[in-house]
Amino acid sequence: MAKKKTIRSIPQDRTPMPEQAPEARVKNFDEVACGYRLEDALVESERCLDCADQPCVRGCPVGIDIPAFIKKIADKNFHGAYDVITDTNLLPSVCGRVCPQENQCEGVCTVGESLEPVAIGRLERFVGDMAIAEGWTNIPYIERQRFKIGIVGSGPAGMACAADMAKAGCDVTVYEAFHEPGGVLKYGIPDFRLPNSVVDVEIGKLRQLGIKFENNTLVGRLFTIEQMLSEMGFHAVFVGTGAGYPSFMGIPGESLGGVLSANEWLTRCNLMRGRDFPSFDTPLQPGKRVAVIGAGNTAMDAMRVSLRVGAEKVYCVYRRSAAEAPARAEEIHHAQQEGIEFLWLTSPLELLGDDSKNVRAMRCERMELGEPDASGRRKPVPVAGSEFELETDMVVFAIGTNANPILGQTSGLKLNKRGYIATDENLATSMAGVYAGGDIVTGAATVIMAMGAGRKAARGMKAFLGLRDTAAVYTPAAADDPVARIFGIDRRERGFARVHL
Amino acid sequence: MAEFEIVARADFSDVTYLLEVRHPQMARAARPGQFVIVMEHEHGERIPLTIADFDAAKGTITLVIQAVGKTTKEMQQNCRVGTHLHALVGPMGIPSHIGKAKKVVCVGGGLGVAPIYPQARAYKDSGAYVIGVLGFRNKGLMFWEDKFRACCDELIVCTDDGSAGIKGLVTEGIKQAVSAHADIDEVVAIGPPIMMKGCSDTTRPFGIKTMVSLNPVMVDGTGMCGGCRVKIGDGIKFACVDGPDFDGHQVDFDDLMARLGRYKPTEKAALQAWQDSCRLRGGAGHEH
Repeated sequence: MAKKKTIRSIPQDRTPMPEQAPEARVKNFDEVACGYRLEDALVESERCLDCADQPCVRGCPVGIDIPAFIKKIADKNFHGAYDVITDTNLLPSVCGRVCPQENQCEGVCTVGESLEPVAIGRLERFVGDMAIAEGWTNIPYIERQRFKIGIVGSGPAGMACAADMAKAGCDVTVYEAFHEPGGVLKYGIPDFRLPNSVVDVEIGKLRQLGIKFENNTLVGRLFTIEQMLSEMGFHAVFVGTGAGYPSFMGIPGESLGGVLSANEWLTRCNLMRGRDFPSFDTPLQPGKRVAVIGAGNTAMDAMRVSLRVGAEKVYCVYRRSAAEAPARAEEIHHAQQEGIEFLWLTSPLELLGDDSKNVRAMRCERMELGEPDASGRRKPVPVAGSEFELETDMVVFAIGTNANPILGQTSGLKLNKRGYIATDENLATSMAGVYAGGDIVTGAATVIMAMGAGRKAARGMKAFLGLRDTAAVYTPAAADDPVARIFGIDRRERGFARVHL
Repeated sequence: MAEFEIVARADFSDVTYLLEVRHPQMARAARPGQFVIVMEHEHGERIPLTIADFDAAKGTITLVIQAVGKTTKEMQQNCRVGTHLHALVGPMGIPSHIGKAKKVVCVGGGLGVAPIYPQARAYKDSGAYVIGVLGFRNKGLMFWEDKFRACCDELIVCTDDGSAGIKGLVTEGIKQAVSAHADIDEVVAIGPPIMMKGCSDTTRPFGIKTMVSLNPVMVDGTGMCGGCRVKIGDGIKFACVDGPDFDGHQVDFDDLMARLGRYKPTEKAALQAWQDSCRLRGGAGHEH
């Protein structure tokens, strides 16, 4: 047996990921981070100490058995690694790319206490991409149940819930209002971070589980949640419609031409392929000097897209400082490399228009950080006499979203004070059999949080339907009585898979 | 794919055409005042179109389209009976509120004549006295007069050049209706923004409630992008989920018209590029 690895014996440096050079990548939509090569993955996999504590597993919102899959990579059993990951997460190529690992699995990695943490996300992506290239799937034996499940919204929450319910044997249909499934993975996150082709392949794997996708279906208007439960015969419904409804600041000049939400800007570029106008019909009208308000991941995406469709100067306008910016550190770093200028501690007061009602400038003021507010963050306060004009011909608001009102208008679902769907701790809504999760419950969050919510809701739905939760291990007190067991399976256990000999 | 099949088509003029599309579920769900978003093909853009009619028994919805730019001209050329749309989603928006009004004026201008029809019919069905006011540039562009005659107690046709009905804009028709009836409860107007603005200005001095259906630029139509935001009174609303119907006396029409002009240069470029490519293909765009 190999000698136990120690913090001194493993490769000390985190294996770097090859990246496109900033000067080259701002001219294209190809991926910035090119992914690990085989040799990179093998070296990095040696850095996992396989510690007994396994904090990384607890740090993963869906609880992937991280040490197990990394061990399989080190043993060059890549298909095995893929099977370990996909037992809990069907979208490794997506999550390996877009999860904020520094706050999750990698943030608590034992190696990270003294060295840089193991690059779990990069390894997950490596395995996911290899599976795509090799055409691997991990389709478990599924025992069919009589239950019909409807999923509203095909974003990360809906996909995760759909996958779990399909594995539990249910007949699952996912309804999507857009003409393509994927939600924010398609319309929001640009191809240079997450290629839409990767999303399509991962969705293809969900179809292989028997999940049906119905596009062009606006639930709430074409039919209601109530109709799904009654005349359409669904036994349970999951609502994962996202937050949508972008916020604006309510400052003068917001309806000028060239002022738009990040959602609109990204949808036009990414989903509608406006960047390839006129071979695609959706127009963009990109600005030369673009100001993006906000410093979350959406803001970073909006800015970096602007550069790639021809902006000469892109500003990030944020009223707090770099330390408070909600975007991933890596995204801010990439944006800086590409030449985006950050105006920290800057707040817009008014948008100024030209004669043809297009935006020409933004009046801003400088801020300084004052006392911590109720949330513990230091509150920005204006600096007297610090006003200035920023010349800009396009302003993008990336300051968050509010709850989409459609389901509130058309169903009896109870909403909370902020208009989001109210749920209990199991993500059950006020309507029996209807569960909800993701941004429509919590407000804007991350892809993996939404996936975690989708899986949690699936557990709630299975309990509601009386289905055995395959993730829960049944350990009856009298399990050591040999009479009560056949082939190692307790007689009283319901719903185990039949084996055809 | 057998979805969204076009089952009937009619051409009202060189620029106005009607498509009847099979979508049984939508035909059952649709209500007056709602709209759909259509993509003709995979590379297409998403365009909003008001549902001009729906027939639950036949399982179809009807769209009336004016060929004004690349997408609508391309649809005019390609959408024949038996072809399919790439995407069709709806019904979107809040249905028009068909209230307890006893006497209503339904005003349609140009293409707006089509979407005002289901509202006029709904008011008639609810027992109201319906006065239709239809505006066209000239007699040659007129359509659906018979359908309106069947559901209106009075019908006033206006043409810019006087070639049919009274000469003048629909605002003339509204004035005529208002002077003949002192007890009008509500005016509903659909048409180009300038026309709806005119209608709202006409009724304002009389204090008659006036509802208009706004048509800003849209992308998704589900409330997630805010491209369709409009100024209503002191607030901002998204026409796709908060509307498209609003109180005409509260709408900032100048703001709406300025925002509609934003993509004019790119729209022109798209049309030009398409027409050039049609010529290259041997004038496929002019086969009829």
